[in-house]
Amino acid sequence: MFSLASMATMSACIFLFGLFFAIVTNFEAMVKEAESGMAVTVLFDEGITQEQIDAIGQEIKKRVEVSEYEFISPEQAWEEFKGDYFGDNAEAAAGFADDNPLANSASYAIYMNDISMQPVLVDFLEGLDGVREVRHSEVAGRTLTDFNSLIGYISVGIILILLLVAVFLISNTVTTGIAVRKDEIGIMKLIGATDYFVRAPFVVEGVLIGLIGSVVPLALLYFLYRKVVFYISDKFSFLSSLLNFLPAQKVFHTLVPVGLVLGVGIGFLGSWITIRKHLKV
Amino acid sequence: MIKLENVSKAYSAGVPALNDVNLEIADGEFVFIVGDSGSGKSTLIKLLLKELEPTEGTIIVDGRRLGAIRHKQIPKFRRNLGVVFQDFRLLKDRNVYDNVAFAQRVIGASVRESKRKVPVMLSMVGLAAKYKSYPRQLSGGEQQRVAIARALVNQPKILLADEPTGNLDANNAWEIMKLLEEINERGTTVVVVTHNMDIVKIMNKRVITMKKGVVISDVDGDFNED
Ligand SMILES: Nc1ncnc2c1ncn2[C@@H]1O[C@H](COP(=O)(O)OP(=O)(O)OP(=O)(O)O)[C@@H](O)[C@H]1O
Ligand SMILES: [Mg+2]
Repeated sequence: MFSLASMATMSACIFLFGLFFAIVTNFEAMVKEAESGMAVTVLFDEGITQEQIDAIGQEIKKRVEVSEYEFISPEQAWEEFKGDYFGDNAEAAAGFADDNPLANSASYAIYMNDISMQPVLVDFLEGLDGVREVRHSEVAGRTLTDFNSLIGYISVGIILILLLVAVFLISNTVTTGIAVRKDEIGIMKLIGATDYFVRAPFVVEGVLIGLIGSVVPLALLYFLYRKVVFYISDKFSFLSSLLNFLPAQKVFHTLVPVGLVLGVGIGFLGSWITIRKHLKV
Repeated sequence: MIKLENVSKAYSAGVPALNDVNLEIADGEFVFIVGDSGSGKSTLIKLLLKELEPTEGTIIVDGRRLGAIRHKQIPKFRRNLGVVFQDFRLLKDRNVYDNVAFAQRVIGASVRESKRKVPVMLSMVGLAAKYKSYPRQLSGGEQQRVAIARALVNQPKILLADEPTGNLDANNAWEIMKLLEEINERGTTVVVVTHNMDIVKIMNKRVITMKKGVVISDVDGDFNED
């Protein structure tokens, strides 16, 4: 039957939407994580006083794009360096004794809310007194920003296409239904049926198509998602530091209501609008 | 009461299907409308149902000026009218009982109410025994009775019938007309469009004759074709 076909296609639309949504949210989470791990480092002029460093810290604190900043003393820097380069070979490092070779490397590590604001922040930091150098990864920052907006455009595009397809489908179903029940509708009108009474079954049909057409694919996606994430984490454990999948609950916490509202909303609007067009009751 | 004042209807500019019709039908009357094919009889019925709007003139049905009825109020207005057509217009996928009950459902009657009224209507039209039959299992006359039961179950004040016997043989036509007369005797105003001159002559009712959209004669009883 026609409504079965449109239910199936509706399911396919919502399934694609959900699939896309799951991928995008995971990507975004991974990008976010990459972003938040990327710091801008501020190095100071030689012979700077602690007061000046504190003053710079105050300036950094005022910036809205900064989520967190951290003072790294020369001692901390040296410890980290030792850890990275000498590893367990503590004696080699001990050769430097009290003479910290990184005595001049006090810095602020700044983490940002929004990586796209990086150039602005860097300009600002470079303009501050007592700042010798601002180290940052320009390419990484820009790539992530570009990537983020690309994902945004693609999602909007795909969602729009899916919406159009779904509305078209419902509209087609309702149009066919109206044609099939033309006599019945004519009789109803002559007996004195209200517009509401004539429309109700079509709207109910549209909403049902939307409801079933979203519940089924959402359930399917839920199981698939868990299976796939489990499979990938299991078989490709070496990727686990790169690919940090969101737990199913987290993705579906948003996806389920959005999918249901989309399905039911499309079903309702699609049928309502079509009836208005075809039934000047 | 039904009243038409200077009513004209043109489907396309210049060719009127009705031309300056003046007419009055009192409550409780039984009226035949006769006339050649294309003389405007069905158009008149459609105007009374507010299925069509007149190009000119005023129509009053049951005290209501149709031009003043807004779209939203049309359903409520139509519940005062029962309609019967030549082609019965039953729902083919529903049995006799459900066809009649459908009219009750449309106006929002409770199931209890319709369970009480539908059997009464079906026995009045003589189809109580066939309440489970489907339209295709019934003769034309029986189908038309179902249509009449459906038209009357909501207790309209006026029954409009557009060639109700057009598809029936002489016997069935007679039975339907007798039924309509009986309904009229119970107080319903009945307007019947027909081509069946034998019946019109014998029944001795008011007869309105139309020709090319104009009422050419309106006689009460004693009808003779000229
Ligand atoms: N929907 C329409 N569009 C255009 N013209 C129409 C329409 N319906 C009817 N007409 C014209 O209006 C005129 C009156 O038609 P109407 O149906 O009222 O006649 P009638 O008296 O019922 O005829 P019949 O006895 O054959 O049923 C006819 O000339 C017909 O062609
Ligand atoms: Mg006609």
